[in-house]
Amino acid sequence: MNTEQINAKNVSTKHISVKRYMPDSSAEPYWQQYELPVDDSTSLLDALNHIKEQLDSTLSYRWSCRMAICGSCGVMVNGIPKLGCKTFLRDYEGEIRIEPLSHFPVQRDLVVDMAIFLEHLAAVKPYLIDDNPVKPYDPQAPETYQQSPEQLARYKQFANCINCGLCYSACPQFGLNPEFLGPAALTLAHRYNLDSRDHGKKQRMAELNRHEGVWSCTFVGFCSKVCPKHVDPAAAVNQGKVEAAKHTLIALFKG
Amino acid sequence: MQQRDFDIVIVGGGGAGLRAAIGAAEHAKEHKTPQRIALLSKVYPMRSHTVAAEGGAAAVTSAEDSYQAHFDDTVSGGDWLVEQGVVDYFVHHAYQELVQMERWGCPWSRKDDGQVQVRRFGGMKTARTWFAADKTGFHMLHTLFQTSLKYPEIERFDEFFVLDLAVHEGAVIGVIALQIATGELTLLRAKAVILATGGAGRLFRFNTNAGIVTGDGMAMAYRHGVALRDMEFVQYHPTGLPGSGILITEACRGEGGILLNKEGYRYLQDYGLGPETPLGKPENKYMELGPRDKLSQAFWQEQQAGRTGKFGDSDVVYLDLRHLGEKTILERLPFICELAKAYINVDPVKEPIPIRPAVHYTMGGIETNPQCETSIAGLYAAGECASVGLHGANRLGSNSLTELLVFGRLAGEQASQRAAQTEWADERLLEAQGDRQQAKLLRLCDGTGSGENWVELKHAMVQAMESGCGIYRTEEGMRHSLETMRQLRARFNEIRVKDTSKIFNTELLECIELGYGLDIAEASCLSALERRESRGAHQRLDEGMQKRDDVNYLKHSQVFYQGEAPAELHWQDVDVRFSAPAERAYGDAGKGGKA
Repeated sequence: MNTEQINAKNVSTKHISVKRYMPDSSAEPYWQQYELPVDDSTSLLDALNHIKEQLDSTLSYRWSCRMAICGSCGVMVNGIPKLGCKTFLRDYEGEIRIEPLSHFPVQRDLVVDMAIFLEHLAAVKPYLIDDNPVKPYDPQAPETYQQSPEQLARYKQFANCINCGLCYSACPQFGLNPEFLGPAALTLAHRYNLDSRDHGKKQRMAELNRHEGVWSCTFVGFCSKVCPKHVDPAAAVNQGKVEAAKHTLIALFKG
Repeated sequence: MQQRDFDIVIVGGGGAGLRAAIGAAEHAKEHKTPQRIALLSKVYPMRSHTVAAEGGAAAVTSAEDSYQAHFDDTVSGGDWLVEQGVVDYFVHHAYQELVQMERWGCPWSRKDDGQVQVRRFGGMKTARTWFAADKTGFHMLHTLFQTSLKYPEIERFDEFFVLDLAVHEGAVIGVIALQIATGELTLLRAKAVILATGGAGRLFRFNTNAGIVTGDGMAMAYRHGVALRDMEFVQYHPTGLPGSGILITEACRGEGGILLNKEGYRYLQDYGLGPETPLGKPENKYMELGPRDKLSQAFWQEQQAGRTGKFGDSDVVYLDLRHLGEKTILERLPFICELAKAYINVDPVKEPIPIRPAVHYTMGGIETNPQCETSIAGLYAAGECASVGLHGANRLGSNSLTELLVFGRLAGEQASQRAAQTEWADERLLEAQGDRQQAKLLRLCDGTGSGENWVELKHAMVQAMESGCGIYRTEEGMRHSLETMRQLRARFNEIRVKDTSKIFNTELLECIELGYGLDIAEASCLSALERRESRGAHQRLDEGMQKRDDVNYLKHSQVFYQGEAPAELHWQDVDVRFSAPAERAYGDAGKGGKA
């Protein structure tokens, strides 16, 4: 077996600066520097866990799965939103500066308040709407909808969002106006609108067609660049604009 | 202290908790008894560990399959330590739950004709595992979470950490929770409580589990006298990434991936799983599609024989997918490719993935009856935290995602039914328990402890679990680990939390989780030590204990909490009403038999 590519460990020392905010004891945020041993496999999350367990137990941050699927550990790394568990220190020269995700209120240290994000998700009715199904679900005679692989492929990518919120930190419009539904929520709406089993597009359009819906997006596209799961929210939002425009036109003709 | 009243309180916002919440809401609606449901999670629900499940969810689906076959696979897979009535209920309700998920929008992978696709899984006689690429748990969790938003009667308490159950005269009356963002306690009065808090994989050093999988609910129920059942059975998943333990799904093997030792030999044929199946033609219950316990044990044997390779400091074998071709790999296993590339810099299209077993699943848990109710009236448990009796000594892959639907719904309905017939307890009872919890918290933080360090204790715990309760176990090793847990529990009383702030104090949470973990680790070590036979995931090297012993140990272990004193163990009969214990065999040896 090819065991030659085993990572030579390359242990070195790195400096990490973390923006701390402890509202219990200090009104203002401050920077704190930590020095720690790292190797080629050390993720930023590993580093934070090392700090927590060995250097400073008062540092607070969120994490859980450590495999880039739960969406907990988003932070700013040298000004760019990243998942801590999928960011590797080997990729950074010099000092690394860690801050809480931009555009969200900071609760403490690297922990931000995600409430507005959750509200935006809920606002777009992110569930299958089929008010008059041809065959209602009957547990005694359960029957699935039909959906071809092509129909699945239309929305699949947009169903891969892990709700990490990085795209909100990347979005200048959300930074200016937190009422903007934002990339993830608009993508989720688009995901259901594209689902062949769904009949809820009309209901969602009212929300999407507001100023705080798709029309706040100025197509900067940074959201798609930072997305750790390649969901491409910018594409979803802009396809959503086309749909919203159509919806408006049709409404006009119908009077 | 804030106090709120609900008909039903659900602790845990993963698959089982969300399914329970929706099940309860639907049940209440159907019976025209409006009910308020609180859903508490120590994280946001979509962060729950269900999110990391990859492979799929099992249900009898094709015309050639049968309930009997799924039943037989599950019973023999669990080495006959399962509750057969429960398995019977499970296999009959599995399909309708997966269809219900489809009707809620779960993006199941499809066949060309638009029907749901199934794949092969280990220990299953037929392909019956529904999947959504290799992110099935992720899609199920998000579908459930998003669907739950339709129900205004479900009120979420995100990032509320439950400290204790409130129990009065044998019935649950509510829970006491810490709001993580403020550090304030909230009392939630309830007529029924459902625990859906997940497993305890983080008791072990090397595991596939998320950091939150710390057994909280198990410890809460246990401390109030509910038995922890079959805690000696801990599943090692055969394929975790070296270093991190990140899960590489069994679906890799379901799709035809093979396991090789360092000589490039498919070693599973030497462990009762052969003969070797042709490359690209996986066969159910042969070779790589054997059950997880057998595969992890085979790794250990290869390691002892010096036939494992090295990746960094880890002994590994190799999971080879290359013959599947890039198209299939990227279509069916995209997440695995992403993980292998990101975390060990291996592209599965081009190279075999180095892997090794990692602790993955807690077969045992909070003992419930077949209706998910515990020995405390009104307290239910579902999902990995529960021992309803589905998995016995070894869980089959893809049974647990279905379990959390089938039993999550059942628990929700049962709780709703009870709540409709029950009154709230006197709120002063709850307040008194709230005050006791507040005092306990203060003690952790005020520095009266002699200053034991939680990090040191946690590391000692996970090391002892790994060395004493690994893939193969010895009397001496388990005895030593049990002693260690008892010492660590005593030392835990002297712990001191350095961070005394209230807002988002994660050090405090880690300490409370450690306290939970130590209690259930003791239960796990005790039941492992006392089970003097080998069965499923519990394998002993001791003389005379290397085989299954149905005469003495066709029994569930039950461990009861005794406060500061050592825990106590009892044995409980197993429901074997449909299928008498038989030899468990795979590969050609299992041909024609039930196993």
